[in-house]
Amino acid sequence: MLDYVGLIPLFPAIGFAINLLFGRRMPKGIVGFIACTAIGLSFLVSLLVFADLLKLEPTSRSLEKVLYSWIPSGEFQANVGFLVDPLSMVMMLVVSGVSFIIHIYSHGYMHEDRDFSRYFTYLNLFVFFMLLLVSANNFLLMFVGWEGVGLCSYFLIGFWYEKKSASDAGKKAFIVNRIGDYGFLLAIILIFVTFQTIDFQAVFAAAPEKFSVGSGLLTLITLLLFMGATGKSAQIPLYTWLPDAMEGPTPVSALIHAATMVTAGVYMVARCSVLFIMAPTSLFVVAVIGVATAIFAASIGLAQNDIKRVLAYSTISQIGYMFLACGVGAFAAGIFHLMTHAFFKALLFLGAGSVMHGLAGELDMRKMGNLKPHMPRTYWTFLIATLAISGIFPFAGFFSKDEILWKALTQGGYTFWLVGAIAAFMTATYMFRVVFLTFHGKSRVDPEVAPHLHESPGMMTGPLIFLAILSTIGGFVGFPIVEGWNRFNEFLSPAFATPATSMALKAAEAGHHSAGFEIAMMVVSLVIAGLGILFAHKMYIKDPSLPDRLAESYKGPYQLIANKYWMDEIYHFLFIGPAIRFSVFLWNIFDDILVDGTVNGVAAIARGGSEVCKRLQTGYVQNYALSILVGIVLIIGYYFFR
Amino acid sequence: MVSLSSYLILSAILFSVGVVGFILRRNAIIIFMSIELMLNAANLAFVAFSRFLNSMDGQIFVFFVMTVAAAEAAVGLAIIIAVFRTQETVNVDEINLMKW
Repeated sequence: MLDYVGLIPLFPAIGFAINLLFGRRMPKGIVGFIACTAIGLSFLVSLLVFADLLKLEPTSRSLEKVLYSWIPSGEFQANVGFLVDPLSMVMMLVVSGVSFIIHIYSHGYMHEDRDFSRYFTYLNLFVFFMLLLVSANNFLLMFVGWEGVGLCSYFLIGFWYEKKSASDAGKKAFIVNRIGDYGFLLAIILIFVTFQTIDFQAVFAAAPEKFSVGSGLLTLITLLLFMGATGKSAQIPLYTWLPDAMEGPTPVSALIHAATMVTAGVYMVARCSVLFIMAPTSLFVVAVIGVATAIFAASIGLAQNDIKRVLAYSTISQIGYMFLACGVGAFAAGIFHLMTHAFFKALLFLGAGSVMHGLAGELDMRKMGNLKPHMPRTYWTFLIATLAISGIFPFAGFFSKDEILWKALTQGGYTFWLVGAIAAFMTATYMFRVVFLTFHGKSRVDPEVAPHLHESPGMMTGPLIFLAILSTIGGFVGFPIVEGWNRFNEFLSPAFATPATSMALKAAEAGHHSAGFEIAMMVVSLVIAGLGILFAHKMYIKDPSLPDRLAESYKGPYQLIANKYWMDEIYHFLFIGPAIRFSVFLWNIFDDILVDGTVNGVAAIARGGSEVCKRLQTGYVQNYALSILVGIVLIIGYYFFR
Repeated sequence: MVSLSSYLILSAILFSVGVVGFILRRNAIIIFMSIELMLNAANLAFVAFSRFLNSMDGQIFVFFVMTVAAAEAAVGLAIIIAVFRTQETVNVDEINLMKW
């Protein structure tokens, strides 16, 4: 089955092609069926490949399958090929699996939309590019997938393009991503110049031989790669597009802007772990940016009223955790959190979508409340996801987040752990704030909407329940402490263990900590999460007037986070405003005067010349005859008298 | 024996008459006849050269010229008739629609 890895991205491409060409003429049921089947088949093939991969020895679990030579150009060789190793396998399974669930949910959620087939066309195209991204065996093919998912993200954020805010958000996402992609592209060029190849395995094999740890060139390459990652994964300073991206349909937010695409940056950093480990400065930058983003976005999430925006900031914050893990060298922990996050964050978004579905599209949590009796299935699944993201035992998020905090403490230092722990407290608080405001307390639902309150159809709650199961048990694959129980880590570690990396990792793990200490730290993080929940409970259930009083007495800080640190305004002032003024200058001076002037000037000269010359054409035959005669006389005269 | 230059002078005079007629006359038919005159002046020069150089090339040329002249007469007269039907004149001063 390993030879058929190319089928994994192929199926969504076929689904895309069918829906693109015939989608408009087919009934909705068939369009949705084709789209879901395509992804389902992809998932099935992924499972079969996974089963085959497990049969191999752990050390030989890295296979390349080259389909054909794509750009053979002298020294520069780019293939269309796939790399199957534990890392890409995990990503393929997560991407195709979560995509499949969300496709089914979308079938129910988007059923009333008139652009049903366009939606599924884009969604299939997205999955195709995402699978290409995670399975590529060289940087350039990965970049194709990278750009492709960015394109689909743009399409889907601006899906309801009649809405100005949606199309603006799409453009913002695309342009901000462009900045990061620029760094990624520069990194690829630099890699080719340095290593004369862009194949992952060749580059990673050559890096330890050619360079020593901490070399400047590798630091530059990895920093440029990380710049690409900050764009795609919405980290400081390029995170501003993600909250706006919530203008897209909610399943899109779940799939692209929570579970898969935004984690591509984490995957990329993990994929290049060899390079990053050899550049400790870059690793430190990754860790600092990650932990800063984690706490920064979490604090903003505390004061947002739009349910999807809270989830968006939460996503940014959680991806920050993943980068923190990568930054301290715990790549497996980062990918582990990526996987569990894909489960519970997709579930949270789909739950939010279900709430919107029941409330006729309402997003403002101040107009919700007491939805629990009306939407029991949504409530319970949402609650499970919230427990998971808050890091409560035994839900999936507990294992992954705890592992990250543990690694941050042992491999990074107390500062990283402390900031991460505060962010974890905030996470528990803002997530339970969402739960309490939405499902508990007094109903603040619009009286017009209230009578129509209903639970979503089975097509939507089914995926919720399935994801809830994954969010509950998904963490046990990475059970810590007990020897041999952390299968996830064992499975992944060959992907990160090259001679150089394992040396660096050993150095990092030199200070061995006792299991007792690890358990104690687990209890600490549980207590932190519990405190966060209690805090939210006190604020939004026991004493609902407390938040307003707090906001009143701490006006400065409250305004700061409620307005998102005015980051959009600052960016607007610093970058967008000057860019617009410069564009206006170019338009008025360069375009209007220089370019248009040249083009119109050439035309004017031609016209003026014609005005003069047209007088020669009189229409009188004898004038022409005379001019012929004069010409002949002149020619003969010339020969005669010379 | 008449000398070659006599023939050539006659040919030149005939050609000049044709040119002047072509430039000065306003009646399309006359202009047309002037063209024929010029062609025949050229023919005369051909034949004269042919006779004095003892070569048949010039006479063959003349046959071609006469053929072309006949064809041209047919087409040209047809055009003049067509112009007359629409413009009701063959005065070339009044026929100047073919311009900017």
